[in-house]
Amino acid sequence: MAIQVSTLTKRFDGALAVDAVSFSIERGSATALLGPNGAGKTTTLAMLLGLMTPTSGSIRVLGTDMLRHRYRVLGRMNYASPYIDLPQRLTVRENLNVYGRLYGVRALPKRIGQLAQELDLGPFMKRAYRELSAGQRTRVALAKALINEPELLLLDEPTASLDPDTGDRIRTWLEAYRARTGATLLLASHNMPEVERLCDRVLMMRSGRIVDDGTPAGLASRYGRSNLEEVFLDVARQPGTQG
Amino acid sequence: MGSLNRIYAMVLRHVYLLRGSWPRILELAYWPVMQMILWGFITQFFMGHSEWVAQAAGLLLAAVLLWDVLFRSQLGVTLPFYEELFSRNLGHLFVSPLRPWELIVSLLGISTLRTLIGVIPAALLAIPLYRYSIFEMGLPLLVFFTQLLVTGWALGLMVSGLVLRFGLGAQSLAWVAIFALAPVSGIYYPIAALPEWLQPIALGLPSAHVFEGMRSVLLGEGFHTGHFLWALLLNLLYIGLGASLFIRVFHLARKRGLLLHSGE
Repeated sequence: MAIQVSTLTKRFDGALAVDAVSFSIERGSATALLGPNGAGKTTTLAMLLGLMTPTSGSIRVLGTDMLRHRYRVLGRMNYASPYIDLPQRLTVRENLNVYGRLYGVRALPKRIGQLAQELDLGPFMKRAYRELSAGQRTRVALAKALINEPELLLLDEPTASLDPDTGDRIRTWLEAYRARTGATLLLASHNMPEVERLCDRVLMMRSGRIVDDGTPAGLASRYGRSNLEEVFLDVARQPGTQG
Repeated sequence: MGSLNRIYAMVLRHVYLLRGSWPRILELAYWPVMQMILWGFITQFFMGHSEWVAQAAGLLLAAVLLWDVLFRSQLGVTLPFYEELFSRNLGHLFVSPLRPWELIVSLLGISTLRTLIGVIPAALLAIPLYRYSIFEMGLPLLVFFTQLLVTGWALGLMVSGLVLRFGLGAQSLAWVAIFALAPVSGIYYPIAALPEWLQPIALGLPSAHVFEGMRSVLLGEGFHTGHFLWALLLNLLYIGLGASLFIRVFHLARKRGLLLHSGE
C-alpha cells in the first residue's frame, strides 16, 4: 500500500476538521479527494505530508509510520499546491537547484535539464519565480514536485486558476509521469473532468468524513447521475453540509 | 552527508538571494558604515573633552562595531526566516526531508555571512577615516566577535520562533527586541555606571561581559578570563533556549497547521 490511514482525526480548538477517517491507497493508483470547501481535504493532505500532526489516528506512507519516522519517507514523496509558493526572488533554475539538493537528487543538473524539457520551462529558467504567469508558476511548482521522481505525489488543486490549454498540458504531464514511473497520485481537486480523466478512484469527503468511495463511473452510476460533477453537487448539498 | 547537503541548500538559497540583488548587499554594509562614521566623529570630539575616552581612542569605535556584530547577527537569523514566510515557502520546505535543526543551522550560517558582509567594510573604512583598526585588538577580537555572534543567533531564534507562533504581525520584534538589550549591555559605558539594581540584570547578558572584556583589553588591563567564561556560559544557555523555543514552536505550528498557512 502507498497510504494506510486509520481513524485519522484533527480537531482545532474543539472544531472537528477531520473526523476519524480511514482509507488505504494502493501503490500505482491515482485517487482524488473530493468535497466542498471545508470538507477536510487539505487538512488530510497536510497530515499525510507531516505538515500537520493529527489529534489521533495513524498514518503509514510507503510502509513507514509517518507520525514516528516521517523523515525516512519524505524524500520519496512530494507535493504541489497553489496555496504555498516557492521563493519569489529566485530564478526557476535556482529554485530547482535548491529543492533538488534538499531532496538529495543525484545528477541534479541533468535532472533539472530533463524537467525543463518535459515541462517546457526552458524559456524562463533564468527568470525570477515572481515574474512568471500563473500557468508558468504551476509548471515550475510541478517541476519542484517531480524533482526527486517521487513514488507518491500529492497535489492540492493542481490546475486551479489555469486556462484550459495549460490545465490540459499539466494533466498530460501527470499522466505521462505516472505511466513512466508507476507513481501513486493523490490529489484534491474541484475540477471534476480532471478527476474523471486522471483518477481511477474517488474518496468523497464532507464535514471531515469520507462519505463515499468508488470509481468516477461507479459513483455516477450509484447516484443515478451522468457525471461526477452532478454527484459532487448531490453530496455537497446533502443536509448538514457547511460552506 | 544528507544533512550537510540540505544545510548547504538552504544557505545557497539565501546566497542566491543576495547575489541577485546588489542593493541588498549594499544595504547590509550601509548601516554599520554610517554608524561607524557617526561614532568616529563623536570619538574625535570626546578625545578632547573626555578623559575616559582619551585613554583609548578605540573605545567608542570598537563598541559600535561590535554592537553591530550583535545586531547584524540577530537580523541575519530573523530576516532570512521572514523571507521564507513572505515567500509562503515554509510548506514546501517542511514537506522535504529538511529537519528543523537543519534549518536552524543554515540560518546561523547565513547570519554569519550577512554579519561579515555588513561589518567588515565598516571596520576597514575606519582605518583610513579615523586611523583606527579594530583588528589591532588581535585574538580577543575573534573571541568578542564569536560571542556576540552567538548572542545574536540566540535572540534571532527566539524572535523567529515568536513570529512563527504569532505571525508576521509580530515581525517588528526583529528590530525592537535587540534594542531592549542595548541599555543593559554596557556598549558605550561600564556596567558600573548603571543603577545598582540593574547591574545584576546586565551581568545576566553575555553582551555585557563582552563589552566589559573589550574595555579591559582596550584600556590595557588585558584579556579578562572571568568575563569571557561568563559570556561563554550565558551564550550556551541562551542559544540552547533559543533553539529549544524555535523547535517547540515548530512542533506547535505543526499541531495548529501554521506551516501550511504561514505568510503575508
